[in-house]
Amino acid sequence: MSGKGIHIEGLKKRYGEGDTAVHALRGVDMQIAPGEVVGLIGPSGSGKSTLLKCLGAVIDPTAGRMVLGDEVIFDNDWKVRDLRALRRDKIGFVFQAPYLIPFLDVTDNVALLPMLAGIPNSNARAKALELLTALDVQHRARAMPSQLSGGEQQRVAIARGLVNRPPVILADEPTAPLDSERAMAVIRILNDMARQFETAIIVVTHDEKIIPTFKRIYHIRDGVAHEEVGEGRGFE
Amino acid sequence: MISLAGRDILHSWGKFVFTGVGLGLLIGVTLSMAGIYRGMVDDAQVMLDNTGADLWVVQQGTQGPYAESSSLYDDLYRSLLNMPDVEYAANVTYLIMQVGHGGQDVSAMVVGVTAGKPGTPGQPRYLVAGRHITRSHYEAIADISSGFQLGERIRIRRNFYTVVGLSKRTVSYNGDPMVFIPLKDAQEAQFLKDNDALVQQRRRNAENPDFNRSGIPDLLAVVNASQSTNTAVNAVLVKLKPGTLPEDVAETIRRWTRLQVYTRAQMESILMDKVIDKSARQIALFLVILSIVSAAIVAFIIYTLTLGKIREIAVLKLIGTKNRTIAGMIMQQSLALGVIGFVVGKITATFWVPIFPKYVLLMPLDSIAGFFAVLAICALASLVAIRMALKVDPADAIGG
Ligand SMILES: Nc1ncnc2c1ncn2[C@@H]1O[C@H](COP(=O)(O)OP(=O)(O)OP(=O)(O)O)[C@@H](O)[C@H]1O
Ligand SMILES: [Mg+2]
Repeated sequence: MSGKGIHIEGLKKRYGEGDTAVHALRGVDMQIAPGEVVGLIGPSGSGKSTLLKCLGAVIDPTAGRMVLGDEVIFDNDWKVRDLRALRRDKIGFVFQAPYLIPFLDVTDNVALLPMLAGIPNSNARAKALELLTALDVQHRARAMPSQLSGGEQQRVAIARGLVNRPPVILADEPTAPLDSERAMAVIRILNDMARQFETAIIVVTHDEKIIPTFKRIYHIRDGVAHEEVGEGRGFE
Repeated sequence: MISLAGRDILHSWGKFVFTGVGLGLLIGVTLSMAGIYRGMVDDAQVMLDNTGADLWVVQQGTQGPYAESSSLYDDLYRSLLNMPDVEYAANVTYLIMQVGHGGQDVSAMVVGVTAGKPGTPGQPRYLVAGRHITRSHYEAIADISSGFQLGERIRIRRNFYTVVGLSKRTVSYNGDPMVFIPLKDAQEAQFLKDNDALVQQRRRNAENPDFNRSGIPDLLAVVNASQSTNTAVNAVLVKLKPGTLPEDVAETIRRWTRLQVYTRAQMESILMDKVIDKSARQIALFLVILSIVSAAIVAFIIYTLTLGKIREIAVLKLIGTKNRTIAGMIMQQSLALGVIGFVVGKITATFWVPIFPKYVLLMPLDSIAGFFAVLAICALASLVAIRMALKVDPADAIGG
């Protein structure tokens, strides 16, 4: 059986019906092991976001099979019932922009996820602080998001993605707004976290600066993923 | 779990306080409107209370003396006094008049009362200064809201009166101050003609062969005298002996005198249904309009605030926030706005009510009802924003 990580088999997604139907994914196969960071690249309109949305359990694939961690979440006609809890417990999201909640301070932005899962506030904050420390933003723990630099905000967003220790992190252009030094820092953090927490991470990117850092890359063209060997530069 | 609504309010408190104050002024107006209505009802009740009467005897077939005019002979009270259960019966006249004071006129309800000790029906029940009317001519007691001073000479028609006493909360049902004067003076004032009219009338009488008879030389003088005196009053106020049922006595009086008799309860319903009914409905309509306006404002504000958080709501949904939590956040913010508005409204209403020209009565029960109405309106108004928030697709948080 699958074990942990991400397994996708024959994933298809069609938008619309009949003549106007768009076949965004035409049978994608992917395997990502726990602790592995994989790049997802491809031209505009190739289906990267669609794949991420399927994995993120916000849209339903048309066919195929998806396994996140040790749980089958989609198998052709069958899917997990509580997608909301699935997203909360199994998937960490990191976006192009940090999208922090502006009215919560840094700690509570991160602690919100465990709180939503019913963990008492003080425990949730302790968990949050642990991750903020791991990401080296603990000194800004009581600041509001608007008081942080772009790089600090992105690290807080990563902490939020990791706080529930999900088996999977989906990162959508996480380095797009950052300069190359900061972009490399984010990639380093994602690699560290992947190793430390045994997380499988997919990074969707156009960013030429970070593409050479992946050891493995999926190149999507016309709705099909082609596996390529990356340079894996900078990280052993 | 932390309160998302509370954190958002703390974060953008300026926005909330500002809109809350705006809403609060509107709520203050609404509370004042309700207070104006209560004040009107209270004015009417106080006017009835002040008479000290249990029964009002008025002209047959009329709803006088407040809702329409009523005229009775002024010796009628004597026969009422002889009835077994009647403790006291007193004539009274009511006239809306302009009372001269300094160079100005004050609109007042001039009440003609029989002179007598305090507590006589018709006379004010207690005074804040001075004494009751003891002489039968040219003395007056004025409500303090008239602005008259003790000892001041005021003019009613052609005659001058000295203010000997001041009363408080003695106003007509429409809030005019009452000025009490002796009954005889009031009767005269009611029919007082100017000099030209008197001369005219006397000339007509002299030309009338029925009045000007050579064989009866005094007749013309008697006719002239009778035409210039007034023996009518508007009502007789009746006070009953303790332990008697007003309705029973009213029935007896109706049977014996064939006059119209009203009890306190009937008089009150005449005032409510006939006299202040239109104003009350006017105010009720105004309250409805103000409620709708408030609801629209709250709905618009909450909608706008939510619209500005679409991105955050999409993220909250993506990371697994329940729809119920998001709806709760929006509704709590709306309710918080309502609470701020209510507090501001209550405070402003309390401060500006004393400067209203008419009596405004803010009843605690109205405030409590108003508070719950505000909460209900805010809850309803937030539904539009909640509907929008629930439609937000978590997939929108993941870029295109
Ligand atoms: N909601 C939708 N309805 C219909 N078609 C859609 C929808 N979303 C995406 N598509 C189509 O599916 C295809 C894949 O889109 P997708 O957003 O996955 O591309 P992408 O690889 O993320 O592109 P980009 O790099 O420009 O973000 C495109 O042809 C797009 O037009
Ligand atoms: Mg995309």
